[in-house]
Amino acid sequence: MTDAHTTGPFIAAIDQGTTSSRCIVFDKDGRIVSVDQKEHEQIFPKPGWVEHDAAEIWTNVQEVVAGAIEKAGITPADVQAIGITNQRETTLLWDKNTGEPVHNAIVWQDTRTDALCKELGRNVGQDRFRRQTGLPLASYFAGPKVRWLLDNVEGLRERAEAGDILFGTMDSWVIWNLTGGTDGGVHVTDVTNASRTLLMNLHEMRWDEKILQSMEIPAAVLPEIRSSAEVYGVAKAGPLAGVPVASALGDQQAALFGQTCFSQGEAKSTYGTGTFMLMNTGDQPVNSYNGLLTTVGYQIGEQKPVYALEGSIAVTGALVQWMRDQMGLIKSAAEIETLASSVEDNGGAYFVPAFSGLFAPYWRPDARGVIAGLTRYVTKAHIARAVLEATAWQTREISDAMTKDSGVELTALKVDGGMTSNNLLMQTLSDFLDAPVVRPMVAETTCLGAAYAAGLAVGFWSSTDELRANWRRAAEWTPRMDAATRDREYKNWLKAVERSMGWLDDES
Amino acid sequence: MAKNIQSLERAAAMLRLLAGGERRLGLTEVASSLGLAKGTAHGILRTLQAEGFVEQDPASGRYQLGAELLRLGSTYLDVHELRARALVWTDDLARSSGESVYLGVLHHKGVLIVHHVFRPDDSRQVLEVGAMQPLHSAALGKVLSAYDPVAHNEALENEREAFTPRTITDPEGFEAVLDLTRARGWAADVEETWDGVASIAAPIHDRRRMPVGAVGVTGAVERIRAGGELRPDLVAAVRDCARGVPGSGRRALLRRLPPPPVTPVTIAIPAAEPLTCVMTGTKLPFIGRHCRTPTGNTR
Repeated sequence: MTDAHTTGPFIAAIDQGTTSSRCIVFDKDGRIVSVDQKEHEQIFPKPGWVEHDAAEIWTNVQEVVAGAIEKAGITPADVQAIGITNQRETTLLWDKNTGEPVHNAIVWQDTRTDALCKELGRNVGQDRFRRQTGLPLASYFAGPKVRWLLDNVEGLRERAEAGDILFGTMDSWVIWNLTGGTDGGVHVTDVTNASRTLLMNLHEMRWDEKILQSMEIPAAVLPEIRSSAEVYGVAKAGPLAGVPVASALGDQQAALFGQTCFSQGEAKSTYGTGTFMLMNTGDQPVNSYNGLLTTVGYQIGEQKPVYALEGSIAVTGALVQWMRDQMGLIKSAAEIETLASSVEDNGGAYFVPAFSGLFAPYWRPDARGVIAGLTRYVTKAHIARAVLEATAWQTREISDAMTKDSGVELTALKVDGGMTSNNLLMQTLSDFLDAPVVRPMVAETTCLGAAYAAGLAVGFWSSTDELRANWRRAAEWTPRMDAATRDREYKNWLKAVERSMGWLDDES
Repeated sequence: MAKNIQSLERAAAMLRLLAGGERRLGLTEVASSLGLAKGTAHGILRTLQAEGFVEQDPASGRYQLGAELLRLGSTYLDVHELRARALVWTDDLARSSGESVYLGVLHHKGVLIVHHVFRPDDSRQVLEVGAMQPLHSAALGKVLSAYDPVAHNEALENEREAFTPRTITDPEGFEAVLDLTRARGWAADVEETWDGVASIAAPIHDRRRMPVGAVGVTGAVERIRAGGELRPDLVAAVRDCARGVPGSGRRALLRRLPPPPVTPVTIAIPAAEPLTCVMTGTKLPFIGRHCRTPTGNTR
């Protein structure tokens, strides 16, 4: 097969994700030239605990970079910059003299700091640090995980206070190693990753000393906070030796960037096992009174940081998997559409998948899943339809919360992720939001976002306008539902949500 | 080595025969083609008929392939599964060719569009998932007719409407087109379904070499052809895409195409005249002559 991709230049993006590490090489049009990917082990030492071996991850990153470069048939001279995107909040401490991790990385899903977070909330509760950080005190975020490590790894606190220990999320770990590790590696993180630690002041983009004191974390372990798009250093060894390392973005923020949501009010939603929706709120952090997170969207070099509101839905693709694996109603995830398409509507059934409580905007841990409105008329096909509608309604609830908090109406929603291949879901989403739903031509928006930021930093692309021009619409769904039907259905959905609440007698 | 079961070999030969050029065969023709006694051939045909693999026309008494074969083939790969697997490849085909991409399967004597990727320009386009295209004139339809025996029978039995002066409607001419399609592995439609529109399509096979669908690019005839010929680079890109779809994540190096010539296309939002598809519940923009062209024009 002929290949004319041997003329560069290119950008390489590394996606250090929760289940795998990938490297994708992009050309100037934002097209994928080559991909390499390798999964790493998920370590579950106890119920609720999830860890990764950071040394394995670094080995895999080196392998996928070499793999992608080889598949593309190019040399380091063809690569203008390396961009990094990563699983957010996953926390690592390592010895700066040996480069050895002092413990496995604690993964974002890990709940071992639940009790610690309650304790840190003291009499104020979950929102103790929300004003400064935009986040509730929850076990996802990195700060409490650092504290746990300092408390539980023997002798670590002393070594940390002596300045021998470095903390980082996976972006910091990858960049430090790429730029030389013990031989002059740079210890940095970007504003988006720092905004997920519960330790950074969102308004000043600096580590917050009072919070550090409250959490008993020595400042000596912290990386320097930098923008998302600037040259942090140069790769020291390996297949990309000499290439500038020029971007870092948390994965959801990278997708926002890759979807070119550069204007206030633009939003993207990524549909996977769960769903993450982010809306660009411009240069002001917007406080949420509706259960959303305030976070940094990105910062390009010296420019002002751009903020975002974030809402997550715990169960979306997971509900389809549940229909397949637990209920056995379908053989593959794609079949949910076949089943749901065999009927005209939901037959009066509504499915609230509050499997582990209700998240944004309700935050009700006492809720559990409910299928409401059952009659003898309802078939498995109606349930399949209700499953897809649940994802669409939950998106509508997040979108409504964003509108309330920001005062900005959603004009169109850019979507990505595996579930975007579900045509019926995308149409339903557009119907329920009463707004166009748009899928871009490159599905790998996360890697693309990291590549874009790195390319901007080295002048490979001149501006965000040029990146916007690269964006291509692959499909668009427009609303077809009349307002009366939508209002009636939304009312029914909200009634079903109400019925899911208060199932558990005790919150614990 | 164990001897193969003779009656199964004969049954297989019969199915191949019925899937071939002729649409329906009488008992005598089947028996003589395979060198069997009429009684033997009749016994096998009756067994195949009981299993649904063969059907007998009540009026003429002639035999043809049965619906069970279609069911076996189509349940193997759910169309939504096909779309999910095709997503990355079809996006890339649209991006590299600069044209819109359609993925179709056989459905109710026509081609049901199960996936559509917009032409990558900023023009307003309407998603045509759920629309139908004709088997005998559209490139996707020709590919399905050439490779899928059931589609072949349906295309021959359908009324083959002359949508344009270039539409091939006579059975001999149509069979010749299908022979050519099988010989070169792809089909084209140059203004045979819509004036001013051309398409190139190739078959998607599953691991057992069963045809599960067809994928193709569609655009203004002056962009799909160069110097009076179909662009060989587009043909190659379509075939690469078709080969890539069922593969399990193996992503070969992508073929780089020259940028497409920029030709403005007039877009009119089509007048709605929808029917509802019985399978998907979606509205079908294509109804006989009153169809929307893939460039968005109404005719």
